[in-house]
Amino acid sequence: MELFTNQVLAGIATGAIYACMALAVVMIYQAIDHLNFAQGEMAMFSTFLSWQMMQWGIPYWGAFVLTLALSFVGGILIERLLFKPLAKAPVLTNVAGFIALFAIVNSVAGLIWDFTIKQYPTPFGSSPFLGSQLISTHQAGMIGVTVLLLILLFIFFQYTRMGLAMRAAASLPESARLVGINTSWMIALGWGMASAIGAIAGMLIAPVVFLEPNMMGGVLIYGFAAAVLGGLTSPLGAVIGGFLVGVFENLAGTYIPGVGNELKLPIALALIITVLVVKPAGLFGRPIVKRV
Amino acid sequence: MSAVEDVVNEAPAVEAVPKRAMTLGYGTSLVVLALLILVPLGVKNFIIFQLTMLLIYGLAVLALNILTGGSGQFSLGQSAFYAVGAYTSAILMEHANMNYALTLPIAGIICFGFGFLFGQPALRLSGVYLALATFALATAMPQLLKLGFFEHWTGGVQGLVVTKPDAPFGLPMSQDMWLYYFTLAITIGIYIASVNLLRSRSGRAFMAIRDNEIAASAMGVDVALYKTLAFGVSAGITGVAGGLGAIAVQFVAPDGYTITLAISLFLGMVVGGVGWLPGSIIGSAFIIFVPNIAEGISKGLSGAVFGVLLFLVIFLVPHGARQVAIVAQQLIGKLKKN
Amino acid sequence: MTAMLNVKDLRAYYGQVQALHGLSFALNEGSLTTLLGANGAGKTTTLRAICNMVRSTGAIEFEGKPLSGRSTENVVRLGIAHVPQGRGTFTTMTVEENLQLGAITRNDKAGVVSDIERMYQHFPVLKERHTQQAGTLSGGEQQMLAVARALMLRPRLMLLDEPSFGLAPLIVRDLFKILGKINREDKVTILVVEQNAQLALELADQAYVIETGRIVMSGNAKDIANNEDVRKSYLGY
Repeated sequence: MELFTNQVLAGIATGAIYACMALAVVMIYQAIDHLNFAQGEMAMFSTFLSWQMMQWGIPYWGAFVLTLALSFVGGILIERLLFKPLAKAPVLTNVAGFIALFAIVNSVAGLIWDFTIKQYPTPFGSSPFLGSQLISTHQAGMIGVTVLLLILLFIFFQYTRMGLAMRAAASLPESARLVGINTSWMIALGWGMASAIGAIAGMLIAPVVFLEPNMMGGVLIYGFAAAVLGGLTSPLGAVIGGFLVGVFENLAGTYIPGVGNELKLPIALALIITVLVVKPAGLFGRPIVKRV
Repeated sequence: MSAVEDVVNEAPAVEAVPKRAMTLGYGTSLVVLALLILVPLGVKNFIIFQLTMLLIYGLAVLALNILTGGSGQFSLGQSAFYAVGAYTSAILMEHANMNYALTLPIAGIICFGFGFLFGQPALRLSGVYLALATFALATAMPQLLKLGFFEHWTGGVQGLVVTKPDAPFGLPMSQDMWLYYFTLAITIGIYIASVNLLRSRSGRAFMAIRDNEIAASAMGVDVALYKTLAFGVSAGITGVAGGLGAIAVQFVAPDGYTITLAISLFLGMVVGGVGWLPGSIIGSAFIIFVPNIAEGISKGLSGAVFGVLLFLVIFLVPHGARQVAIVAQQLIGKLKKN
Repeated sequence: MTAMLNVKDLRAYYGQVQALHGLSFALNEGSLTTLLGANGAGKTTTLRAICNMVRSTGAIEFEGKPLSGRSTENVVRLGIAHVPQGRGTFTTMTVEENLQLGAITRNDKAGVVSDIERMYQHFPVLKERHTQQAGTLSGGEQQMLAVARALMLRPRLMLLDEPSFGLAPLIVRDLFKILGKINREDKVTILVVEQNAQLALELADQAYVIETGRIVMSGNAKDIANNEDVRKSYLGY
């Protein structure tokens, strides 16, 4: 029993990573109704930017804020330059675009900063949290920041005009235009926000998984899975999904025989898909009613 | 991929391709066929090998085209079926001493069954959810192949070496050349069969499901049957391609069948034109040759160059090679009038 | 009276198919006009063309300003509200959020709040359901919501596409009464596209009849309603 609780707690701790990434995924989904496969790479690139700034002597929080701003602007630029032209193209072509972006960002990061692992600092320290061996202060800090982000996003979407406009533009673009919303800019804004949130996720994750160009690969998949599990329209669902995925992953590794590190990912995904077969809209997603 | 909300006015996630447009005209087909038969006669063995791979990946992209362009189901998991086909052939050849040609239909049938089975749970998923499920399948496969449990058969991490066959009846051609024509014959056979499948009642059922699943079922199409059938057929063809690939490359190993392969096949489908069967070979050419070109341009930035080239293609022809073909057709039509 | 909306030689296309073949008409300020015709005649296309939702050529002027080249949202911001076919309700949002969205381009917070109250007075059923998800409302209620949402823009011109569609006759009568009231009291110019010609002609001052993308009849609504030949050939009753 103690092993079980320990693994659950450890799962929650690692789950914070996925929860944070899942928030960025849901953010972009709210804006553009797609999943952006390159989001992990963009987050990685932002994290590298912050690392570079710190190498140049800028203190942690200064680099953090600057990176957020740059990521926001960068996200908007990428959308305007690369994806606005594809707005009328078929969905699958857009997906190919995401894949192309992935290749470009990954390759450029590798060239600039090479593939050796780098240490990345955490503002929370890494001592055991409240004396527990399972959660470090950094992981607690991650959970805290994720929850804070969630609250901020909730307030943004539910209580601000801009948030309402973005929700409308994502839900029914034509109707949104008919109330005067510039849906094209809403998409750009969504990209900017998702990029910034991704940067936060990257900067929180890097101290744990170490900074290198391929660090976000697995994280992104788990982030997607978490977002889907939680229901793609629900930021709260994404966060809870993230924690659940962390727990699933840990329990699968502990209790299912023969599951080493490599099989954890497919098993976790298989579990998630089982949930989806039962609850197709995810745990917190709104059930979809198809109009015939 | 927008599975979450379905608005009456929204276009289907996979664009509908009119039946007529899914194939080439007779004239162009003959030209392409002539090229495919004659070109290998004058080139070196290594090029012949590449051409063989071109056909093999073309088959795999064709299979994906039937699944996605035909029945509207999105799959990032084709590498899993390819791997199963490859290993089936390899194991049968090396452990059971079976003739290479015989292994292919077996690989096809096994993969058909595998795909059909996978299609069952996949019935309740679509769009982004199906993408995740197939993705899970693709990532699981290399790991499954490495499992100690199967090692005696699969050769574990190192995989198996496959013996390349000689040309039969003592024909005076190299192994590569024989394998090329063998593959070509199979490819042509499968291509014709696929075209006929899509023109048949089943094909129409696929497309009805792709365009509007609810309407299709309201009209009496057995959606469950056809969706799983599409998966099965697609997996079967991919399995045959995998078997051929194993023979051509002369070995199988788990890390040769990763998610990268599945993503490449997907890109091949998009570049060729989703649902346009002849485009499969163009997509295949893209995924075989463009990465090499990218590396030639810049070793350090090969990924970035590939990405840029891919962007160029999708900016210029968002609907893939099919768009080029349609434009060409219109131009020829205009010239004929003058 | 200068025309508020001037449409000259409007041709509209869906891909290669031409849906409108040189439509010309004008709307006077304060008028309530109805555009009638059979299914597929081009009524919806006309409204969509005004809002630049479909490819078109020709000159459309609103209060002297040309509309061509403007994006849909910019046309709306000039003061034209469009209640589309099918209502376009934001089904996943609450009734109140739908009304707020109608006013999303406005900067006068107090004005918006008081307008929402006015809408609840016009349409009491919306007040009852104001925290409910809009998708759970009945067809008639959603239509009221769509009209209310359009009014939140404080438009000078309101376009309505088949507001009676799928609604019970009694509800349609109520709705049309409200539209008349809005036209007279709030001074909103209205263009209503309708298949239900009888009711529409009772409500409107002016009428146009459109057939396969061309205007075949125009004039005073009462005259058209009383003209038996017109009614039989074009309006089916």
